[in-house]
This record gives sequence, C-alpha cells and structure tokens, in this order.
Amino acid sequence: MIYHGKHPAGKSKEAEIKRINKELANIRSKFKGDKALDGYSKKKYVCKLLFIFLLGHDIDFGHMEAVNLLSSNRYTEKQIGYLFISVLVNSNSELIRLINNAIKNDLASRNPTFMGLALHCIASVGSREMAEAFAGEIPKVLVAGDTMDSVKQSAALCLLRLYRTSPDLVPMGDWTSRVVHLLNDQHLGVVTAATSLITTLAQKNPEEFKTSVSLAVSRLSRIVTSASTDLQDYTYYFVPAPWLSVKLLRLLQCYPPPEDPAVRGRLTECLETILNKAQEPPKSKKVQHSNAKNAVLFEAISLIIHHDSEPNLLVRACNQLGQFLQHRETNLRYLALESMCTLASSEFSHEAVKTHIETVINALKTERDVSVRQRAVDLLYAMCDRSNAPQIVAEMLSYLETADYSIREEIVLKVAILAEKYAVDYTWYVDTILNLIRIAGDYVSEEVWYRVIQIVINRDDVQGYAAKTVFEALQAPACHENLVKVGGYILGEFGNLIAGDPRSSPLIQFNLLHSKFHLCSVPTRALLLSTYIKFVNLFPEVKPTIQDVLRSDSQLRNADVELQQRAVEYLRLSTVASTDILATVLEEMPPFPERESSILAKLKKKKGPSTVTDLEDTKRERSVDVNGGPEPAPASTSTMSTPSPSADLLGLGAAPPAPAGPPPSSGGGGGLLVDVFSDSASVVAPLAPGSEDNFARFVCKNNGVLFENQLLQIGLKSEFRQNLGRMFIFYGNKTSTQFLNFTPTLICSDELQPNLNLQTKPVDPTVEGGAQVQQVVNIECVSDFTEAPVLNIQFRYGGTFQNVSVQLPITLNKFFQPTEMASQDFFQRWKQLSNPQQEVQNIFKAKHPMDTEVTKAKIIGFGSALLEEVDPNPANFVGAGIIHTKTTQIGCLLRLEPNLQAQMYRLTLRTSKEAVSQRLCELLSAQF
Amino acid sequence: MQFMLLFSRQGKLRLQKWYVPLSDKEKKKITRELVQTVLARKPKMCSFLEWRDLKIVYKRYASLYFCCAIEDQDNELITLEIIHRYVELLDKYFGSVCELDIIFNFEKAYFILDEFLLGGEVQETSKKNVLKAIEQADLLQEKTETMYHSKSFIGFKKAY
Repeated sequence: MIYHGKHPAGKSKEAEIKRINKELANIRSKFKGDKALDGYSKKKYVCKLLFIFLLGHDIDFGHMEAVNLLSSNRYTEKQIGYLFISVLVNSNSELIRLINNAIKNDLASRNPTFMGLALHCIASVGSREMAEAFAGEIPKVLVAGDTMDSVKQSAALCLLRLYRTSPDLVPMGDWTSRVVHLLNDQHLGVVTAATSLITTLAQKNPEEFKTSVSLAVSRLSRIVTSASTDLQDYTYYFVPAPWLSVKLLRLLQCYPPPEDPAVRGRLTECLETILNKAQEPPKSKKVQHSNAKNAVLFEAISLIIHHDSEPNLLVRACNQLGQFLQHRETNLRYLALESMCTLASSEFSHEAVKTHIETVINALKTERDVSVRQRAVDLLYAMCDRSNAPQIVAEMLSYLETADYSIREEIVLKVAILAEKYAVDYTWYVDTILNLIRIAGDYVSEEVWYRVIQIVINRDDVQGYAAKTVFEALQAPACHENLVKVGGYILGEFGNLIAGDPRSSPLIQFNLLHSKFHLCSVPTRALLLSTYIKFVNLFPEVKPTIQDVLRSDSQLRNADVELQQRAVEYLRLSTVASTDILATVLEEMPPFPERESSILAKLKKKKGPSTVTDLEDTKRERSVDVNGGPEPAPASTSTMSTPSPSADLLGLGAAPPAPAGPPPSSGGGGGLLVDVFSDSASVVAPLAPGSEDNFARFVCKNNGVLFENQLLQIGLKSEFRQNLGRMFIFYGNKTSTQFLNFTPTLICSDELQPNLNLQTKPVDPTVEGGAQVQQVVNIECVSDFTEAPVLNIQFRYGGTFQNVSVQLPITLNKFFQPTEMASQDFFQRWKQLSNPQQEVQNIFKAKHPMDTEVTKAKIIGFGSALLEEVDPNPANFVGAGIIHTKTTQIGCLLRLEPNLQAQMYRLTLRTSKEAVSQRLCELLSAQF
Repeated sequence: MQFMLLFSRQGKLRLQKWYVPLSDKEKKKITRELVQTVLARKPKMCSFLEWRDLKIVYKRYASLYFCCAIEDQDNELITLEIIHRYVELLDKYFGSVCELDIIFNFEKAYFILDEFLLGGEVQETSKKNVLKAIEQADLLQEKTETMYHSKSFIGFKKAY
C-alpha cells in the first residue's frame, strides 16, 4: 500500500471535513447524474461511502445504490452491497423489502458463496422484518441433507440471531431434533455453530432439546480425552477445540445434572479430567495456551457450581481457584475472585472459600488494578458470615479510607449491610456506621443513615449507647452533615438517656447541635428544628432557649418556606399546647415495622440483583420507604400505608371509635400542626388497628369478616378465575341508628393502579339501623402487583363523622391456577429458575403450631397445587402454579421446609419474575 | 457477544461490529464511553472490566485496541482468544497486519470477521477453513479490478 497521494490531506480536522464534503458531493452527483452508472462505478462509490462512514462521518444516502448492488451477478459488487447494508442498515421499510427480496434470491440460488453472503447479512442485521421473512426458511436450509457445511454453520448462527431478536417468529418443529443431532456432526465447525444455537434455544425450550445433554457429554468427553494433535486445525495452542468445549459446557448449564447414571458418570469424568489437566505442566509457554486451557477450566467450574451437587468437585474447584488467587497473571486473579463469589454461596464450598480470606484481604490492599480490587470487595462480601464479619467489616472500613472514588458508595452499602446483618452486639453496629460517616460521609446515602436510625429506634438496648456515641462524635470541630442528621435525630429521641451526665446536659446537647446548624443545608436544618421541638418536650428547662432560637428572625422570617413554617408552627406549639399534648405529639418514635433493609434494595439496584448474593435469611421484600423518616410529609399528601398523622390521632378531632394509629413522628410535625388547629376531617383514615392481621387471614381464604367495631361490620365473599375476580362486600350496620352519607371508596395507589383494575358502583348513602348493604367489585389483574388496594369508608353516625380504612385482601396469589407435575418435571423447572433474581427465600420462626395438615390446607388455599411425593424429604411441601395476569402468565414453584426442632420454616419461591417471587414469599411467609 | 470495536491509541474507531440492535446514537455513545475507559487503563491492568451490565474484554495489539462486550454468562478468557484468533487471521491474510491494512482494506477485515464470528458467536475456529473461504471469494474477483479505493482516498491517510 502506498503512503503518499496526489492530494495530501490538510493537517487539521476542518481540512478533513472539507475534503470529505467535497467527496460526498461528488458521489452524490454521480448517483444523481443522468448517466446510469455501471456496476463497477456504483460499487466504487458505495465503497467510498462506507469508508467515509467508518472514518466516523454520517452517511445519509447511497442505500438505494447499495441495494442495487445486491442483485448484481458479480461477486465483489454483491459483496460490497451486502457489507454496506450490514454496517449501515436503515430501518427504512421500503428498502428492507427490497433487501429481503435480494436475500431471498440469493438463498434460493444454491450457490453456496451467495447463500453465505445472504445469511451473513441476515445475521448482521437481524431485524424483525428479516425474521418475518426468513425464520421459516432458514431451519430448512440448516437441516437439508445436501447443504454444504459452511452454509450450515452460517444458517445455524443466522437462526440464533433471529431467535434472539424475535423468538416468537422462530417456530419449533421437526427440525429441532435434527439440529440436536448436529452435535454428532463430523465437521467441528458445524458442531461449534450448532452448539451455540442449541444453547440459546434450550434456555427457553428445555424440554424440546433435552436429548442434547447426552450428546453434548459424549462430544465433550471425546474432546477432552483426545491427544492434542487429534483435532488438527481445531486444536488451538495444544488445547483441543477450546471454543467448542466452552460452548458444550455452557449448554450443559441449561440443565440439571444428567439423570442417567452413565451419562452423569461420564460427565464427572470429563470435569475431573479438566481439573487434572490444570495441574499438569503447560505444553507451551504462550499465553494463548494457558488462556485457552483456563477458559475451559473456568467454564467447567461454572458447570460444577451450577450443578451444586458434587461436594468433591466443588471443593476441588475451590482449591484450584485458590491457586489462581496468587497467580502472576492479573487476568487469572480477577477471574478467580469473580468465580469464587459464586462458590461462596454454595453450602458445600462456603467453608472452603472462607479459608482464603487472608489472600483476598491482601488482594484488596495490594492489587494495582481497581477492577481487581472491586472483585476482592465482592468476594469478601460474599464470604462474610457471623464468624468473620468483624474482620471483614474492619478491613473494608480501612480500605475505604483510600478506596477509589468510583467504588466508595458500593463499599459503604456493603459495609452497612454486613454490619447490620451480622451484628451480635449493636454497639458494634452503631460504631461501624458512625465510622462509615466519618470516613466516607459523602458516600453515605440516605438509605444508610435512615437505617441506623430505624435500628436504634427498634432496639432499646442500644439507644443510650447511640446517644452517647453521637454526642461524642459531634464534638469534632468539622463533622460530616450526615453525622449531624443522625446525631440530631438520635438526640431528639434519646438525648434524655444521657442528660443525667453534666457533661451532656440538655443545654450542652442543644448548644452542640445548634453550633452546627448554620453550616448545614436546608433539609438538615429542618430536621434539627424538629429535634429542638422534641427537646422542648424532653427537657422543659431548655424551652425558653429554644423558643428564643425559633423566634429569631433568621428562623421566623427564613426565606425557605419549609424552615419558616416549622419555626412558626413549633414555636406556636411550644406556646399553646399543654404538657400532655406536647408529650403525645412529640412522643418517642414507635418501632419501625421490620422489613428488608432498604440498603440491600439500593445495592441491588446499583449492582443488579444477580451480583448481590444473600447467604442467609435476609428477607427479601420490596424496597422500603423510610416512613416517618426525617423528611416531613404534610398530612394532605400522606399515604395510608405509613403511620400518618391525622386529626383523630390527637383525640382532638371527632368522635370514637378513633382509629388508633401509631403516634405521630417528629418529622411529620409540619403537617401535624395543621390538624391541631383545624378540624378538617376529610383525610383518609389510617388503617384500622388489626387490619394487617385480618388481611393476612384472607391470603389463603376468600370469605369471612374483614373488619368489625362497635358500629360496623364488613364481610367479604370473593371468587377468582384466571386473571379475573369478583368480590362481594357486605356492610352491616350494627347499631339501631342510620348511617348517613355512607361512602365506601376503593383506593389504588399510583403504583398499583396500572396493574389492578377495580370496578364498582356506589352504594346507597343511607344504611338503616340493623341493615346490610352489598357492593360488588369486579377485579382484573393486568400485571403482577404488590400493594393491596385500600377500602376507605366514611359516614356520619349520630352527628359524628366516622372514617375507617382497611386493606382489601386482593393479593397476587388470588390469580393462581394450580399445576400438577411429576417430581422430575418439578426439579427440572426448579433448576431452570436458578438465577438469583428468580429465587426468593425467607427463613422465619413459626408463629402457629406446626401442623402438617393445616400447612397443606394453607398451601392449597394459597392457590398453588400441592405436589405430593415430589420432594425427597417427605416433611417438605412443594407447590406449583401459574399466576394469570392479563399481560402474561408466570409459572411459580414453591418449597416449604419446616424444621420442627428449631420451630422454623424455610420458604423458597422461584418464578421467572423477581417481583412475583418476592411478593408471593412475603404473603405466604405470614401464614405459618 | 454484543459488539466488537477496534480503535487506535488515538481513539479513532477502525472497525465496529454490533450484534444487538442499537440506534446510531447509542452506538456512538457506547463507543465514546468505552474508548475513553479502555484508553485510560494502564498497560499491566487486567483485560476485563465490568461496564454497565456487560463485561468488557480487551487487548492491545501494537497501535490497535480490540475490545469485545460480552454478557454476564460468557467466558472472558475464551473471548480474549477470539480476539487473538481474529488477529491471527488478519495477520495471515495481510501478512504482518498493521493498522493501515485495516483502514484501507476495511472490507476485507469485515469479511474475515464475518467468516469467523456470526451473530456474535464463533462460526468457524479453524484458521485454515476461514482463510480458505476468503481466498475462494478473492478468486471470484474480476481480474480487471485492483483495489476498491481510488487514489483520491489515499490523501486521507496523513490526517491520522
């Protein structure tokens, strides 16, 4: 190639663009010119356009000329036409039709070179239009007896690409069994291509391709036992057919361990041979040799982990990876760390993985590549359990001091989760989180500091310690704003626990907090104001000081509306309210309902569910809104799922029976006061007491009494079929007096609304004494959902306003259809749903006596089929069913393992959808 | 495999092959981001990195970076050898391949890649078979033709 030309390009970017525009203008004029271009020129200009495109410039013409080239009989013209289409495909449907026509002709040409070009083009573009046109045709080409090997290879991968784009357009049929037999083909290139295709198809249609398992095993066996020269050109740096081996091992990961003992034995032999070869001296010093050999080894280890059934192999795999942890190749250290993460979650190898802790910690300290250190953090997280948590958390904290900015937030989340999960001693937990804030305050997200507050509030034993520790931490002249938030909140709740010590008297506490006030952002200041009003209640002696602060212009006339409102309202509250009212309004926060750590949810969101391994019994529920968290929630917008302040709570609003919710939060103070001073009653009541329990009772049954007080009884009868249901609600007036303005309202949250359709008619606004009215609700499940709708009833009874809210027990499991299946099918499906995000597990204490018959009835009531003689352990219960929604059907498998001795259950749900597994597990767990 | 990119040390894209449908805008964004990320890495660092929900496998040969994006389940090491085998194929075809060969014979680079990888999967791993296919195609070329690019294009060379 010559390196000089007639037109030396300019030195600058502009010159290049100028030059290109000139050329583009030239080409455009050629294409538009009156003189028809011959094929050669057309090809030349199309090729130039491609070249310009590849230099990074946009090309918006020439497609038509390229399409014309497709029908040329000259190979090179055709070839350039196809290349242009592959690289620069335009979704212009007009052209697609023409392109498809050309492809069709070439496919029918029986000229293998032309067929190859056409297939390459389909595989490159892979659009839906192409799938529509060719998905029926290509399987025939693939399995026809007279098709040349190279065309077969292209056809297989072409079909694979179309299946990935439009699985619905690739019909399964007779051809599938013939494709499976390509695994036996003489030509290793054909086998390689076919294996890729089969793997992809088998993931979605395992039953159809089941026979591929034994064929794959025997093929693999022949490869791994072959001498390095047997396979000629398919041997790569002394490794026999590494690509094919990897693909076969990957295919086997679509299935559980083979049931046929002979096949299984042969596979185990293969895996052992691969592990043995890793110990042999290398046949070549070239990195290609070791890469190819180890590629096969890592894939074999993946299969061993996937089967998770041979302790011997698992431990050998772990030892092998242990060797790699100290290998001089960075790539191998990286992969070993990555692979060990999955091994850590197998019960057989968890302990073996733990023995490498020192090496991994060392990697965290010494690896020069951040992506390797990241893997080390992941592995430490995965291998953490109660025995090594203090060490691992300490190491992560010390690493955090110097960690790369890119991974700090993730480490913070991981430390926070581990500290919470494995805390035996909660003072350790509090120390750890405060350390986190000290070391990496900027990376401590809301979820983390909300969580420490939740935990402190829920655990009496740590409150005094927490107050003391935050007080001490706040002494630092410069502390992170997050510490001020945590400190403010905790002292506001539990400052009294340390107020006895003259060194932390109320006034000192207040002054300490207030010294940080002016340096903080508006949300933090708002939180501190709430702390101050809480101090007014806790420490009457500082009330005047606090009132002075609230009264100052910088508060009362603050430009920020939120701060101003708080100052005005808190000041007024502290002046007008009696001690009793103050004590009620500003009472200590009630315990938070136990839910999944919101931090874990955050980490999952950040990393994707698959990378967050859960070793133990972390409850996986939906992400938590930290209700009553320090952010204010005005009453007018308060939702019912959270304990929201309302008129009735203070007993200042109307009449009994007051739906007693939990006491209000300090954070809700802003909205709370609106209710103190107004008499508005149009707020939806918080959920009635006991509503949760009643709700849970309906998960496994359809009829019964949902709610009852002195005035009103609500009964339910409901029936469900597939994704539809109908619910009869009976409102009974238990008194002898009329209910007036009787208005039941169904409320679906914004999140629920699109997924659940409820239709009903209003009922008569007057309910006579002793009478019962009926309301029919038609239900349609559009898509899976988590929340339950709320039924709010408002009416007047003898001059008082009544307001009741209950959760309506329309739950996802109502749309179950039971499915019967044999043991073999069950476990096969079970294995297929083995991605971490498909499975949700909960281990929990039995709340009721552990009676087998009752449990069976509950599982059947839950809606799934109860499968007998499926689980090898007769004490376990397994069930299967399909959730019907309008948009989709979701297969669900469940397994409940009781442990009588410990009075515990382990419930595992596997479905194809994480949210569904989550919700069903949540619902069913509450039943036992 | 989701895509393969070849780019120079200066960040100039030399070849791109996408195996998943993406808009031009997305492709450009991905390319820009990845080129930056990979070029910022030091020579002795490991060849794999996590990027979005994909795994990136890359290797530098002289002035060119070869960079593949694979999915979570895919095998990193074998992908590294896919890159190497492709380099071997180019090398064998061009005889000691260099960046300029790929710039000016880009269509050959694409044809070789298509024979080797199709739809993101390995189609044929035998060096002999791939090169045989390319040679056969070359035989079909009309004798009257020389190179596809006219001399006027050579002028671009110096700009890079």
